[in-house]
Amino acid sequence: MNEELTLTILGGVDKDGVPEPVKFLEVSKGEIIGIVGPTGSGKSTLIDDIEQLAQGDTPTGRSILINGKRPDAGIRVDPRKKLVAQLSQKMHFLADMTVVDFLHMHARSRGKGPELVDRVIELANTLTGEPISPDHYLTVLSGGQSRSLMTADIAVISDSPVVLIDEIENAGIKKQEALRLLSGEGKIVVVVTHDPVLALMASRRIVIRNGAMMDIITTSREEQDVCGRITQVDNWLMSLRDTIRRGEIVEELA
Amino acid sequence: MKLVVLAGTPGSGKTSVLLHTIRSLIKSGKKPAVVKVDCLWTDDDQRFSKLGIPVHVGLAKDMCPDHFTIYNTDAMLDWGASNGADIVLNETAGLCLRCAPYPDECLAICVIDVTTGPNTPLKVGPLLTTADIVVMTKGDLVSQAEREVFRERVLDVNPGCIIVEANGLTGKGAFELAEMVTEGPDVCDNMVLRYNPPLAICSLCTGETRVARKHHMGVLRQLDGFMEYRGE
Repeated sequence: MNEELTLTILGGVDKDGVPEPVKFLEVSKGEIIGIVGPTGSGKSTLIDDIEQLAQGDTPTGRSILINGKRPDAGIRVDPRKKLVAQLSQKMHFLADMTVVDFLHMHARSRGKGPELVDRVIELANTLTGEPISPDHYLTVLSGGQSRSLMTADIAVISDSPVVLIDEIENAGIKKQEALRLLSGEGKIVVVVTHDPVLALMASRRIVIRNGAMMDIITTSREEQDVCGRITQVDNWLMSLRDTIRRGEIVEELA
Repeated sequence: MKLVVLAGTPGSGKTSVLLHTIRSLIKSGKKPAVVKVDCLWTDDDQRFSKLGIPVHVGLAKDMCPDHFTIYNTDAMLDWGASNGADIVLNETAGLCLRCAPYPDECLAICVIDVTTGPNTPLKVGPLLTTADIVVMTKGDLVSQAEREVFRERVLDVNPGCIIVEANGLTGKGAFELAEMVTEGPDVCDNMVLRYNPPLAICSLCTGETRVARKHHMGVLRQLDGFMEYRGE
């Protein structure tokens, strides 16, 4: 992994072609940055721009720089050199292959060895309820299983210095664990979210409206305190959910 | 004069990708013209004419669509030249996986839909394996891992190709494609196909409709792979 790593977003235009208010944003190694805004406002479009390292050639006209420079074409397209791993909102696989065949193929496409495959499945099974078996066909996996597998695949195989995560809270998996797994050491993590816990775990958040980056908010001390408190509430909700999933009775208000 | 031959399975997004690419070409001062070949029917010409460029439709009807395309290549180039074009973009019917209507001195582009799954590149044949550029569409509908696996499979069957990930809705990839089209080869006389056509003609070509085996002639292949020639 690169010693120094910065990701720069140069602003483009909103949905009406008007220049967006935020014209420059630099994110450094180790930072988690949130993207928030109403549905349909253009949050996923922003992470797509980052994923393809846009050079003014996407509908938004944004440009993405790596270490202050325009990335060369090889980095943009070759999975072996890719700097960006993306967990999209896609909840299902369309490939008609078994889990193990798919992971072997993916490891090869990223120039990695087959020894990683077992680790991906093992890790995915820590995030999901019903275990995934190597012989399962991808197309029969549930939404939660697929998302767990995609998450583990990114953590192990697509181990890239920039990680983009789109609405992990909707995946039906353990979101904080998943975020911890994906963020690793010294990565740049960009997370699109409607979830207050995840949004406030970020050090800054980009506010999107009508396709434009409107503002950058730095998470205040007060917000960090709130984040701590709602995390407890969230964990409690998760434990209740697990209790119900196990077919047990909810006995008392903790 | 440059020739671009665009092929790909039906519904893969050939027309949408081409529309965006043409817009990009026009912006950079090029003079593109389009020939859309289809089998029986098309209204894609209306979508192309909105761009204000010369458009010609060719319907193959009773002729093999790839043979129709190849047979009319010279005519397409002449038509393009007489309409002031410097690039003729030929969108093929894109049906047959046996043939590939690519002459050697053209830019051969194969458009392929990622949602059809990573086994598809193995099935597409010369349409894919002899293309210069492979355009992967609908990548926004699958995960990044699935796109990368698909890409690996494309490279397995066509290691020398350039892969462009495009999106017919947003226009992603069109800029890159337009640049490659601009740098593509100039056409020459005596162009040769990149891949050999099927063996001879068969009795279906001459109008046979009876199914029973005894009525069939030509170079024939049985279910078990045995090949024979039957006829005079």
